[in-house]
Amino acid sequence: MTKEQFRPEDHPNDHFLMTTVVGSYPKPKWLNRVRERCHHQEDVDQVELEPVDEETLAEAEDDAARLITKEHERAGLDVVVDGEMRRTEMVEYFAERIEGYEFNGPVKVWGHNYFDKPSVVSEVEYGEQWLVDEYEFTSEVADRPVKVPITGPYTLARWVFNEHYETTADLANDLAELVNEEVEKLVDAGARYIQIDEPALAQHEDDHAIVGEALERVVEDLPEDVRIGLHVCYGDYSRIYPEILEFPVDEFDLELANGDFEQVDVFKEPEFTADLAMGVLDAHVAEVESVEEIKENIKKGLEIVPPEQLVVSPDCGVKLLPRNAAYQKLENMVQAAREVEAELDAGEIDVLQAPASADD
Amino acid sequence: MTELVSTTPGLYPLPDWAKRDLEELKGHQKHDLIDGTEGAEITGVYEEAREEVVTQQLDAGLDLVVEGQLRWDDMLAHPLAVADAVDTRGIVRYYNNNNFYREPVVTDDLEASGDVAAELEAAAEITAEHESDADLAAVLPGPYTLADLATDEHYGDEAEFVDAVAAFLADEAEQFPDVAHLTLLEPSLVEAAPGEGLDERASQAIDTVATAIDAEVAVQPVYGALDERVYAHLLDADIDAVGFDLVSDHDANVYNAQEYGATDDVLLGLVDGRNTLVESADTIRERVEWFQEQTPAADYGRIYATANTDLFFLPTNRFGEKLEALGAAAATTEVEA
Repeated sequence: MTKEQFRPEDHPNDHFLMTTVVGSYPKPKWLNRVRERCHHQEDVDQVELEPVDEETLAEAEDDAARLITKEHERAGLDVVVDGEMRRTEMVEYFAERIEGYEFNGPVKVWGHNYFDKPSVVSEVEYGEQWLVDEYEFTSEVADRPVKVPITGPYTLARWVFNEHYETTADLANDLAELVNEEVEKLVDAGARYIQIDEPALAQHEDDHAIVGEALERVVEDLPEDVRIGLHVCYGDYSRIYPEILEFPVDEFDLELANGDFEQVDVFKEPEFTADLAMGVLDAHVAEVESVEEIKENIKKGLEIVPPEQLVVSPDCGVKLLPRNAAYQKLENMVQAAREVEAELDAGEIDVLQAPASADD
Repeated sequence: MTELVSTTPGLYPLPDWAKRDLEELKGHQKHDLIDGTEGAEITGVYEEAREEVVTQQLDAGLDLVVEGQLRWDDMLAHPLAVADAVDTRGIVRYYNNNNFYREPVVTDDLEASGDVAAELEAAAEITAEHESDADLAAVLPGPYTLADLATDEHYGDEAEFVDAVAAFLADEAEQFPDVAHLTLLEPSLVEAAPGEGLDERASQAIDTVATAIDAEVAVQPVYGALDERVYAHLLDADIDAVGFDLVSDHDANVYNAQEYGATDDVLLGLVDGRNTLVESADTIRERVEWFQEQTPAADYGRIYATANTDLFFLPTNRFGEKLEALGAAAATTEVEA
């Protein structure tokens, strides 16, 4: 589904480079403290702080979700999320709600960033609901369209210790059923923009067929007006492109700034036929990119697709950044997008021709 | 009779308390990672954590104890990440794992930093305090792997760069205190196998490092089996033990041993470093015996029983259980050939 359905009524330019985020955003420190006091009560006792109950934590998460949704709107984003305030981590959050997983403790991702990597110890089954409450709350408080990021079945199968299934494909297939069930619930609740996060794809390029099959199941029977994005990051894209174009998605959200856009050329041949959500901000550098710098980054996207197919986004979730840096980066990103749109309107930027429609 | 020696590759998971403390002290961004200049507070956490993991190995009864390389934020790329003449840039994926490291970019002549030697000195003090029979083992990336993980903007030629990295690692090894053993981890020999010509050069590079130190030297490929050609060249290096990952691909590994023979001592990856299922001591010994049965012509002097990969992939509870299983498996130190 086209991004045009998300264009604001008062959009100032003819061209529309929709701005959005990948998903996560730094949590307010007070939320982290409340979470600690709820989940680590034995530690809390040692420092003589009052423990809090689940109800208090839920209230704090509501407050944080409202705050960050509004912060996204204040930055000017066209499509917002709540910064994943209720989520711990992209696998952990879902595994906690799926029967068949157990947890043994945190493992390293990079530097001092860890996640509680679960083990699959029995057949996976749909447990408590995942994201519908989150979506309903965010869409209620938001004045802009809301995107729902959801971790894909392949990553939920790959980034775990598999102690039960014969193969990753078997586990991914079962998980695809569960993700489909959740996506249908989200669509029934009104969601029209869903992003499947599959960063594991970039590390196992030979598995693109497994990912493709799982995605077919995830989007089965969805209405035409639902926009499906796929986020993939931190890998050698030349090993998965152009095969990913066969996936049943409208948009690919890709990390490109971290690698100084060295991979832009990968996507020039053959023609990029989907929409491109271009990573124009490095999510792992606290230094805020200037508007001018981001504009140049956005223009690199125009080397791949025409403006009609371009969306502007950070490389990845920005939750590890200091919050003021995250906000300033987003604000600059939106301003850069608006300025590039104006320059496109004025004919000051050379662009690719939009691909001819099959109906022409 | 064959001696069974229990050990592990380096790169351990930090104890959970140290993860929390260091997150607070160091932060979450690229520029917060180890560069060799950390202050007293951070150093203190690493010292305490090192003491903990060395003691843990001694308690588990391991024969060869490693330092644990808890400071290696960039995993095997660490020796370059703390070296002069190296810029650390964007984060890149660490093989086919959900792990990342800072890309080390070599911009000038490489010179040893002594960073790994200092870690080993600290570990040697701990083992001495415990008056244990266990020996200290060093762990380094193999030269081909370290060159593969890095980007060269100075030497200009791939073979020359591998040679330079080998000389760099040899200089690091020469600074080591007395260690009984050195394991060179070479995942890139599997994951990015060197082509014709470079395979021989990779073997010579290993030779350069191995001959720089007065210790038993093992080369441990990781994440699968070596290509036959690469394996054959590796046997030409002056090493005491070649490694086989019997968890990821036991068939291809035993095929190499059957077709080309092996070193007098061998290193067997018997415990899965990337799964939380804990192998029993019996299972570990059965795997050793299976390997011996598959290679009946060989009469190994020593078999190193170890994990098939670095163990930092694991949560600390399972990591500890795997150490204990390895220690228990080798508690009877001789097995029938």
